[in-house]
Amino acid sequence: MTSGPTAPQSVPALLERNALIYGAKPAFREKEFGIWQSWTWLRVNEEVRSMALGFLALGLNPGDHVAVIGRNRPALYWAMVAIQKAGAVPVPLYQDAVAEEMAYVLDNCKARFVVVADQEQVDKVLEVQDRAPTIEHIVYQDARGLRKYDHTRLHSLKDVQAEGRAAHERFEAELKAREGKLDYDSTCVMLYTSGTTGKPKGVVLSNRNIIESSKNSSDFDHLRSDDEVLAYLPMAWVGDFIFSIGQAFWTGFCVNCPESPDTMMTDLREIGPTYFFAPPRVFENMLTNVMIRMEDASRFKKWLFDHFMAHARKVGPDLLDGKPVSGADRLKYKLGDLFVYGPLKNTLGFSKVRVGYTAGEAIGPEIFDFYRSLGINLKQLYGQTEASVFITAQPDGEVRADTVGVPSPGVELRIADNGEVFYRSPGVFVEYFGNPESTAGTKDADGWVATGDAGFIEEGSGHLRIIDRAKDVGKMADGRMFAPKYVENKLKFYPNILEAVVFGNGRDMCTAFINIDLTAVGNWAERNNIAYASYQELAGHPQVLDTIQAHVEEVNRSVAHDDMLSGCQVHRFLVLHKELDADDGELTRTRKVRRNTIEEKFDDLLGALYDGSRSVYTETEVTYEDGRKGKITATLEIRDAAVVDTQKVAAE
Amino acid sequence: MLDGATEGYTTADGRKIGGVMMEMKNITLRFGGVVAIKDISFDIREGEIRAIIGPNGAGKSSMLNVISGFYVPQEGEVWFRGAPRPAMRPFQVAQQGIARTFQNIALFEGMSVLDNIMTGRLTQMNAGIAAQALWWGRAQKEEIENREVVEKVIDFLEIQAIRKTPVSRLPYGLKKRVELARALAAEPKLLLLDEPMAGMNVEEKEDMSRFILDVNDEFGTTIALIEHDMGVVMDLSDRVVVMDYGKKIGDGTPDEVRNNQEVIDAYLGVSHD
Repeated sequence: MTSGPTAPQSVPALLERNALIYGAKPAFREKEFGIWQSWTWLRVNEEVRSMALGFLALGLNPGDHVAVIGRNRPALYWAMVAIQKAGAVPVPLYQDAVAEEMAYVLDNCKARFVVVADQEQVDKVLEVQDRAPTIEHIVYQDARGLRKYDHTRLHSLKDVQAEGRAAHERFEAELKAREGKLDYDSTCVMLYTSGTTGKPKGVVLSNRNIIESSKNSSDFDHLRSDDEVLAYLPMAWVGDFIFSIGQAFWTGFCVNCPESPDTMMTDLREIGPTYFFAPPRVFENMLTNVMIRMEDASRFKKWLFDHFMAHARKVGPDLLDGKPVSGADRLKYKLGDLFVYGPLKNTLGFSKVRVGYTAGEAIGPEIFDFYRSLGINLKQLYGQTEASVFITAQPDGEVRADTVGVPSPGVELRIADNGEVFYRSPGVFVEYFGNPESTAGTKDADGWVATGDAGFIEEGSGHLRIIDRAKDVGKMADGRMFAPKYVENKLKFYPNILEAVVFGNGRDMCTAFINIDLTAVGNWAERNNIAYASYQELAGHPQVLDTIQAHVEEVNRSVAHDDMLSGCQVHRFLVLHKELDADDGELTRTRKVRRNTIEEKFDDLLGALYDGSRSVYTETEVTYEDGRKGKITATLEIRDAAVVDTQKVAAE
Repeated sequence: MLDGATEGYTTADGRKIGGVMMEMKNITLRFGGVVAIKDISFDIREGEIRAIIGPNGAGKSSMLNVISGFYVPQEGEVWFRGAPRPAMRPFQVAQQGIARTFQNIALFEGMSVLDNIMTGRLTQMNAGIAAQALWWGRAQKEEIENREVVEKVIDFLEIQAIRKTPVSRLPYGLKKRVELARALAAEPKLLLLDEPMAGMNVEEKEDMSRFILDVNDEFGTTIALIEHDMGVVMDLSDRVVVMDYGKKIGDGTPDEVRNNQEVIDAYLGVSHD
């Protein structure tokens, strides 16, 4: 499928097309006041048009950057399209970013307009306005609590639209002209990468990037105009832009926005999406909740669940992949579907899922298999902001927990000598905004982009397997390979472990920091009558340490099996007294570990792991949600974990 | 700035406060031989946030009950909208546009949050019992209208996620919020809050303060509240009445009250040297 001269060349043009061909079909839904409100494509087109006119009336210039901050709400999605329609560039930002991060990004893109959801975001923008002096107008959606604010620069989005409608005769021609200039090469959106190192960079994505990627991936998964998605992931994340705008506008499916972040699970169930995306964390949390609730279920129900889940694990994935399964097994699976899988999927909101994706991090094989055994077509994909998401994805019927799939349509892959994965595709970003050095450092003249991940293409299947971040792969003092992520992922697959950070580059043994999962461990403590007053106390409980030690030793045995990585067994570990947090800079906003920051911040703990001490006293600075800082102190116990002796292997 | 001015005043943050909505004239309330309130006079104006503070046993809750019409004072008069108010039954008070929350939460524990808040709309339900039971005709129309108001309140107080949860399963802070929601569902002109922040942690207090200010701002509701937390009272209210042993010892803006020697003595004690 190629785009002929008549194919829409921009997202606003796609919207015009949809208003013509899908007119009365729902394009967006949002639950408000307890009821799902919906907007047809025709209506959305009108809303976007009046917004665009309103922005023109406010004085938006072509090429301006407009920041969009808030949770997933239809009006904010429309604003992004309207901004492009008016010839400017939408820049969605993470709504939970602290003022500091926001100031940097707003100043970096020289935003003149900011479109925000509510008072909270208005406050944040006002707080940083002296550090982002280019800001002229703030447009808000929810007027609540803003009545007393100085409204010389504040505008309600509704008023902007009304103004646009009223002034349409004055600006109609100008809007047409600006829209006419949009083509495949004009910028569609700019997204800031969370950046595991250094400051965030603005990734410029053109209409070509977004539309081609959306088209290819929609074809790959046979997405249709009657699909339903739930938009709940951060709007600043490239995936959300591709799903909720790119693919939605390309195929014409309906985007549903939850009532509030807390009601996401209920809303998911009410909508029953057919196409669903979630990072592994969401799937993990859902599974943990199911398991916790099953623990409290009656004996018979528990037995029924265990019995049929065992059967599902045996034959479910095969059935999904279309492999041969005996008639008796099929019948039993049908029964299980009636008693267990069906109701369970319904409770989770997965009854209608035709295509489900997980990406961003490795997912635990048990978790992955759990969902697949229920008959949910959960697959993995591997992507990046710089690629407009898609690099590889698993085709239906070729799904495994340990690979990330084959190259997506239109994507070429290359593995460099050092193992780093490179790709080239129509989705490859235009540039990093105002940063030609970084652009040149990532993308070469032929359009090949370095992913920063080390991996290899599996012989036979042609699937890509990712080992670790290329820069994190190192060598231990004795020259054996060190791939921390590989071990961390194995550790994180245990529900009790939320996060793990493994050290060992250039050292003679590996050690680890571990974060317990408060939900899972807290539930365990409750069931075993273990009293605790704080996260810190629970994390330091000897019995918790015993459990974690057992997990670590199990992982060591499993790591020892891999000849290449047997040196990565964890010799000593400690359980951290605080949860690693993005507010403290220890994680990125997408919850990836910032290794260097952690290494520096906790160098006293790291030292203790290597000097053989039994315990260590530490003081740590923490940042509260409102930005205030405080200090916590703790004495942490350090445990030794049993390792499997692999000297025979290493001595080869 | 306050005395004699019937046309109202302007607050420090620029809000226009209207004329007198309710006036207490020389109220004295006795329980047998105990004098709970002794000769107190003050007014509540349209659109303001009025606080009543005082040490334990000062008579604050009694005062609130006088305002709500639950207690009838032995002496003095309550004037509402320019006329003396006769003794009233509770539903008559509600019909006048007065709603309240309680110091000890008084919700229907077994009912869902939604149903609890719906009870705040009772005065707006006029359909007959048969129509209600069959959910037919007027009852159906009324329920839809009332539900709409309730949903706006739910949205306003950000309790969508617990809409269907039984109240008994909620933590204390949320119950308080549900109680506020029920009072708001009645779309009151005057909202009486009896220790809205009692027993809350700092974060819950901040949330509740935000909601109280927003209610006042968004709906123009006049609010009279009793509170122990001085910081909260001083931040929230436009004017404060201070009571001690049933007597009024201070009345004015938070700043005026803060610098009033009698108030300082009542709170910090007086040295007897």
